[in-house]
Amino acid sequence: MTIDLFQKTGAFAENKDVARDIRVRDIIPALERHEEVILDFAGVGAATQSFVHALISDLFRQYGNGVLDRVAFRSCSEAVKQIIRIVVDYMQEGMGIDTEDAPEA
Amino acid sequence: MKIHLPNSAFLGNLDSFLRGFDSTHPDHLEITANDQWIAVHPVVLSMIAALGLTVKPGNVRCGPLQARSGHYVVRMGLLKILNIPSSITMVEHEPAGRFIPLTQIRTSSELTSFITEMIPLLHVESEQAKTIGYIVSELVRNVIEHADAEHGAFLCAQYYKKSHSIRIGIADTGVGIKATINKSHEAATDLEAIRLALWPGVTGMTRRDGGTAQNAGAGLFFIKSIASVNRDFFVIYSGSGFYKLLKPSPTRRLRLNADPFGDRHSKRDDLPFWHGTAAGVDITLDQTKEFAVLLEAIGTTYRTALRERKNARYRPPRFL
Repeated sequence: MTIDLFQKTGAFAENKDVARDIRVRDIIPALERHEEVILDFAGVGAATQSFVHALISDLFRQYGNGVLDRVAFRSCSEAVKQIIRIVVDYMQEGMGIDTEDAPEA
Repeated sequence: MKIHLPNSAFLGNLDSFLRGFDSTHPDHLEITANDQWIAVHPVVLSMIAALGLTVKPGNVRCGPLQARSGHYVVRMGLLKILNIPSSITMVEHEPAGRFIPLTQIRTSSELTSFITEMIPLLHVESEQAKTIGYIVSELVRNVIEHADAEHGAFLCAQYYKKSHSIRIGIADTGVGIKATINKSHEAATDLEAIRLALWPGVTGMTRRDGGTAQNAGAGLFFIKSIASVNRDFFVIYSGSGFYKLLKPSPTRRLRLNADPFGDRHSKRDDLPFWHGTAAGVDITLDQTKEFAVLLEAIGTTYRTALRERKNARYRPPRFL
């Protein structure tokens, strides 16, 4: 399943309520159906950490960091990539996974 | 309550303006102003607007704005928002590219609409727009989610041609940072609560690492870091606590700190009590780093901070 973020957030992804809706209505049901989820950020120039946190942090709690094998991020700007890296890192740090020497994706 | 619009109140000298705020008799507000000149940071106007709506309309008194620059206060919409008639008449030019008048934001969707409309109005480059949008979004969203403020957030912004900077001020009259942080932590003072709120990974919503599904406790740390990397002022005032990130020395190598008291700063815990939170930030446009570069530096500090917090909590076994 591919989710077009721009369609839901516009060029600046900052609305956490929208992020939660995407997570609850789109991402989690797709993962429950054992589908791969592609979050397509084409057209999204920037996102807040709060938005990305609301979008994906709970996935780590529900599915562990193995969820990263099932959720991928497409067409991210450098700014969006940085935010995603930060959230992914601190969620895994919180799970006790050392991200210091993590391989580059 | 009494508040005075001085001839100069910007983030560099905001402390003295705040010291003059009289928070007694909260059912009345008297606004006075310097007769000669009024030059104030947007956070001052946002605070007065937020304050004015906590009292009945008939209980707000505003002395005459005799200063030549008094029209600025009017044009920014302060009197309009407080429902005070103005004797100053002016030709209202299009604000685009120069300022964002006082705006009240109460809901998440209002914020999203505001940001969408605000960015083109500022006439700034795309990288600078990202930084500004980011700061406004995170600060206002904090108000909407945590402040429990009846009237929401008040904000305004001004472009300063001479310094080529944008100054933004946001204020609310909600529960304040200490009440929010102390839902999950134990801050003894307003200043200690501000310190915790600025620390990465600390949220009032939980003590758990990684936060909750909706909150990580990173928003204010990001804003302080953006200001720090860009060598700009950032101020936060709540209760009697006040923290100001000072501009780092241009000759010293910049270091982002998880602990806000590790940054070059000033602080106070004895200011007149502000029921709520006010925040101001200056963004010098010439210095605005590329947004992705900014985030990379912030990410590194964030990761280190979390590791340090984890290490600090680690307890070795006691072998007797």
